[in-house]
Amino acid sequence: MGKLFAVVLTIITVVATAIFVMRVWWLPADISVHGPWIDHQLMETMLSSGILFVVSQLALALFVWKSGDRREGRKIKIFPGGAVPMVVLATVLVGAEILALTFVGSKVWASIYQTPPDPNSLAIDVQAEQFAFYFRYPGADGKFGGIHPELMNEASQNFFGLDPAHDTAARDDIVVPTLAIPVNRPVLLTLRAKDVNHAFYVPELRIQQDFVPGLVIPLHFTATQPGKYEIVCTQLCGLGHYNMRAYVEVMPQEQFDQWLKQQAAQQ
Amino acid sequence: MHEAAVHPHAPPQGFLRTHVFSVDHKVIGKQYLDLALVAVCTGMVLSWLMRLHLAWPTAAIPGLDKLSPNGAAGGVITPEYYLSLMTMHGTIMVFFVLTTAPFAGFGNYFLPLQVGAEDMAFPRINMTSFWVTLVAFLVLISSFFVADGPALSGWTAYAPLSAVGKDAGPGQGLGQTLWAISIAIFCVAQLLGALNFIATTLDLRTKGMSLARMPFSTWAWFITAVIGLIAFAVLMPACILLILDRVAGTSFFIPSGLVISDRLQPHSGGSPLLWQHLFWFFGHPEVYIAILPGFGIISHILPVFARKPLLGPRAMIGCLIAIAFLSYTVWGHHMFLSGMNPFSATLFSVPTLIITIPATIVTLLWIGTIYGAKLRFTTPALFCLGFVSVFVSGGISGFFLAQPSIDTYLHGTYFVVGHFHFVMGVAAMFGIFAGTYFWFPKMFGRMMNETLGKWHFWLTFIGVYCVFMPMHYLGLAGNVRRYSAFTDDYLKPLIPLHRFITIAALFTGAAQLIFLFNLIRSRFRGPKAPDNPWEATTLEWATTSPPPFDNFGGKPPVVQRGPNEYGVAGAGGADYLMQAAPEPAPAR
Amino acid sequence: MRTHSIAVLATVLITGGLARSASIVGAAPPRPPGAAGTISGKVTYTGTPPKMKPIDMAKEPNCVTQHAGAPVLTENVVTGPGNTLRWVLVYISAGDQGSAPATETVRLDQKGCQYIPHVLVLQPNQPLDIYNDDPHSHNIHPLAKLNPEWNRSQPAGAPPIHTKWEQPEFIPVKCNVHPWMHGWHLVVTTSHYALTGEDGAFTLSGLPPGKYTVTAWQEQFGAQSQDVTISGSETKPVNFVFKATPY
Repeated sequence: MGKLFAVVLTIITVVATAIFVMRVWWLPADISVHGPWIDHQLMETMLSSGILFVVSQLALALFVWKSGDRREGRKIKIFPGGAVPMVVLATVLVGAEILALTFVGSKVWASIYQTPPDPNSLAIDVQAEQFAFYFRYPGADGKFGGIHPELMNEASQNFFGLDPAHDTAARDDIVVPTLAIPVNRPVLLTLRAKDVNHAFYVPELRIQQDFVPGLVIPLHFTATQPGKYEIVCTQLCGLGHYNMRAYVEVMPQEQFDQWLKQQAAQQ
Repeated sequence: MHEAAVHPHAPPQGFLRTHVFSVDHKVIGKQYLDLALVAVCTGMVLSWLMRLHLAWPTAAIPGLDKLSPNGAAGGVITPEYYLSLMTMHGTIMVFFVLTTAPFAGFGNYFLPLQVGAEDMAFPRINMTSFWVTLVAFLVLISSFFVADGPALSGWTAYAPLSAVGKDAGPGQGLGQTLWAISIAIFCVAQLLGALNFIATTLDLRTKGMSLARMPFSTWAWFITAVIGLIAFAVLMPACILLILDRVAGTSFFIPSGLVISDRLQPHSGGSPLLWQHLFWFFGHPEVYIAILPGFGIISHILPVFARKPLLGPRAMIGCLIAIAFLSYTVWGHHMFLSGMNPFSATLFSVPTLIITIPATIVTLLWIGTIYGAKLRFTTPALFCLGFVSVFVSGGISGFFLAQPSIDTYLHGTYFVVGHFHFVMGVAAMFGIFAGTYFWFPKMFGRMMNETLGKWHFWLTFIGVYCVFMPMHYLGLAGNVRRYSAFTDDYLKPLIPLHRFITIAALFTGAAQLIFLFNLIRSRFRGPKAPDNPWEATTLEWATTSPPPFDNFGGKPPVVQRGPNEYGVAGAGGADYLMQAAPEPAPAR
Repeated sequence: MRTHSIAVLATVLITGGLARSASIVGAAPPRPPGAAGTISGKVTYTGTPPKMKPIDMAKEPNCVTQHAGAPVLTENVVTGPGNTLRWVLVYISAGDQGSAPATETVRLDQKGCQYIPHVLVLQPNQPLDIYNDDPHSHNIHPLAKLNPEWNRSQPAGAPPIHTKWEQPEFIPVKCNVHPWMHGWHLVVTTSHYALTGEDGAFTLSGLPPGKYTVTAWQEQFGAQSQDVTISGSETKPVNFVFKATPY
C-alpha cells in the first residue's frame, strides 16, 4: 500500500508539473509596458514554488515508500537533528525567498498602482454597470461633462447621465461601448460604478481593478501591441456577470483619430 | 488546574433526553457530525449541478424545474440560479461543514475525553449551541423556497449588491435577508461553542494533564476556539448591519447616487469597502478555523500509524499559535484590487507571506515524522498522508496569490478557486475523513470496513487532483471565476478542460457514496471494536468504545506523560505508552 | 374552396403589408345596435427631436452580425416623414362604454437583442407569451409598480414565458444583460386603442355616441389628452402635436 501511494503520488506530481512546464494552458502574450515585470515575477515564483512542490511531494513519496518496509526487527528512525533542521530550513529558505519576492514584487506593484500617470495620458472615463462597460471620451473641448445619476437613461443611450441641455461640456462627450486606444500611448482610465461592485480585467494587459460604488478610481497603462482584446468583469455583480464584457481595440494613432471622429459624428 | 467545575450529572432518562435534547458532549458531537453530513451531501449535490451547467449550459436537468420554476424553467439553469446554487454551495460548505464537523463535531466529542473531563464546562450551553446551529441551517435552507430565489452574491456577500435589496435583481430579495439572518444566528452558536471549548480546556483538565501534555488535536481545538471567539464576534455585527441596510433603510455599506433597475437608490454615506474589511477580518481567520483542527487531527493520528512520535511537538504547537496570531493580520490579501489604498496591499502581503513559514514548518514536521516510520497503512493513515500532499498543493498556490503583483493577473480567476478548494475542500475534508475513520470505533463501538475505506481513499485522492489541479491551468489562462457560462471569445477554447473537470467531479462525488455506505452499514453491522484498536496513547482510548455516560466510569484518569510516547518500550512488549498508564516495570 | 382560400390569403397578405406603415388597432368590440363613430388623426411633433442614434451591440457579437449592414437605431423617439411620431399609443382614457376583454395571446419576441415589438399594448389578464429567439440568454425585467415587478432570465432554448398583467399600467421593460434593450408593456382596460406606425396615423372605430377623452402617450414626451364627443356614426378628426427637444 505504501509503495502504491508513493507511485501514485509521483505520477501525479510529474504529470501536474509537466503540464505547467510545457505551458499547455498559459497566459496570453502580454501587450503592456509593465507586463514583462509581472511575467518575470510570476516565473520567479513558479520556479521557486515549483521546486518546493516537487521536492515536498517526492520526499513524502520516498519516505512513505521506505516506511512500508516490513523487515523484522527494523527500528524506527528519528529524522537526523530532530525538528531543528525543519524549522531552520523553513525559516531561512522560505524566509529568504519571501524577502526577495517582496522586495522586487512591491516595486512592480508600485509602478502600476502607486505611480502617478503620465501627464500626456489620453484620459477616458469608464463606467461599469449591470451588465456592461461604457467608455467616455472628452470630445473636442477636452472636458468631461458632469455626471447626474438621476438623468441616466439607457433607452436614449444616456449611460453617463449627462445633461447636454444645460452643460456645454457634456455636448461633445463621446460615449461608446468599445475602448479604443492608440498603441504606445499612455492611457488614464477613471473607473466609476453605477450600481454595484464590478471589475476591469484584460489578461493581455496584465491589469485588473475593481470598480467601487462611491469611489472614483484611476488606472493607467500603455498598450504596446495593436489588436482586439476582451475586457471582462471579475467582481460578482449579479446574474449578467458572466456576460459583462467589452472589447479594447488597440490601434495606430491615425486610425484612432479617424475612429474617434466617426464616433463623434454618431453621438 | 481546577477541580471539575461541572457537577456530575445523572444519566439521562427517556429517549428524548438521551438522544435528542441531550447535554452529553458525546451526543452533541454526533449531532453536529450528522448535521455536517446532511450539509455536505447538500453542498456536493449543488456542486454537481454547477459543474453540469458549466460543462453543458443548455442541458435540462430533470426535476429541477419543480424546485425552482423561475430559476430553472424546463430544467435549464438560468444565470441567476447558477449563482444562487454557487452561493449556497459556498455558504453551506464553509459554515455547516468545515466549521461544524472538524471543530464542533469532533471537538465536542473528543476534547473533554482527551483532557480527562466528564463533560464540557457548560453542558446546557453546549446543547443550546447545537440547536441554534440547526436553526441557522434551516433558515438558510428555507431560502431555496422563496419566490425570488436564494441569495446569489456568493458566500462573501459583497455590498452593495447584497445590501440594496430586491432592486439588485433576482436572488437579492428575501433570499439574501435569510442568508444574513442565518449567518448571524450561526455566529451566536459558534460564540457559545467557543466559550465552552476554552473554559473546558483551561479548567477541566484532569490531574497530571498540564497544557504541555495535551494532545495536538486538543491544542488545535483550543486555539481554533480562541480564533473563533474574535472572528465570529466581528461577523455577527457585520451581518446585523447588512440586515439593517436591507430592511431598515440604513446606509452602512451603500453610498449615494447608485442607479439600480433604473431607480436612484435612497441611500447615502455608506462604504462598500467597509463590508469587505469586516467580512474578511472574519473571513481569513475563518479559513484557519476550517483547517487548524485538521492540523491537529493529522498531528494526532499520524504518530499512531507511524508508530513513532510526531517530530517537533513543541514546534508544532508553536506554529499553530503563530498561525492563529498571524491570521488576524492578513485579511487585506483578499482585497488587493478592491480599491483600498494600494500601499495597504504591500503591507498585507508581508504577513501573508510570513505565514507560509509556520505552514511550511508543520508540513516538514509531518514529512519528517514519516521518515523512518513503520507505517501501518490503515484508511485513517492514508488520509493523513493524502492530507499532507494536498495541503502542499494548496499551500503552494497561495504563494502566488499572496503577492499583489501576481494577484493583478490571478485575482478572480480559477487559480483562486483551485487554491482554496485544495486547502479547504480537500485538505480539510481529508482531515474530517481521517478523523472519522480513526474515531468511528470509539464513537460507535464498531469498526468501519477497511476495504471500502481504502477504495474510498484511492478514488478520492486521484479524483480530487483531477478536479482541482486543472483549475490552476485555467487560472493561468485567465479564466474568470463565478461565471455561469463561458461565452467570451478567449474562454470558449477552455470548455473542454471544464468538461474534464466536471466528469472528474461527478466520479469523485460518486466515490463518496462508498464512504456513506460504509458509515451507515458499520454503524449497525460493523465488527465490535475494542477499547484501543489502533494502540494509541491518548485518554479517549483509555475508556470503553463507546465511552460510558460520564466518560471514565467515575474514575478520572491521572496523566503521567505526554501524548507522543510512540516507539518506546511499553507495557508487555508494546511500542507505546498510554498517557494515564503507570510507568512500566523496568526490563530485567 | 380554393377561391375561398386564395381570398383569405390575399386579405391576410394585404393587411399584413399595411400593418407596418399603418397603425395597429385593438380588437373591435361587439357593436351595439345603432350608430358607431370613429376618431382618427395623426400624431406629429414640432421642434427638434433627439437623434435616433445607432445602437452599438459590441458586447454581443452575435447580435452585431444579425444586424450587419442595417444597424438598429434607438427607439425612444422614432420619427417618420412629415414630422410624424411612431410608437405613440392613442386610446380612450375616459368615457369608454364597455369593452370586451381581449383573450387572444399576445407575443413578445427577443430577437437580435431587441424587443419586438418595441411597444406592446394589451389588456388586463390578456395572455402574454415571451419568446427568446436569440442563441444566447436574455433577461426580462418589467419595472412594474402597480403590478408585481419580476426579473427572470430566459436562456437560449428555454420554453416561452407565459404571463399576464392584471392591473392597467404603463410598464417599462428592460433586459438587464443588454442595457440598450428597452421596451414597453402598455396595459389598458379599453379595447379602443391604436399604436401609430411611421405615418403617425391612428383610427379608433366602433365608438357608440358619447363623451370621450382621447389620450396620446409617447415614452419620451409624455401624454396629451383631448375631449371628443361622438353623436352618431361620424368620423371626428383629432390630432396630437408634441413639442420635441433634442435632449
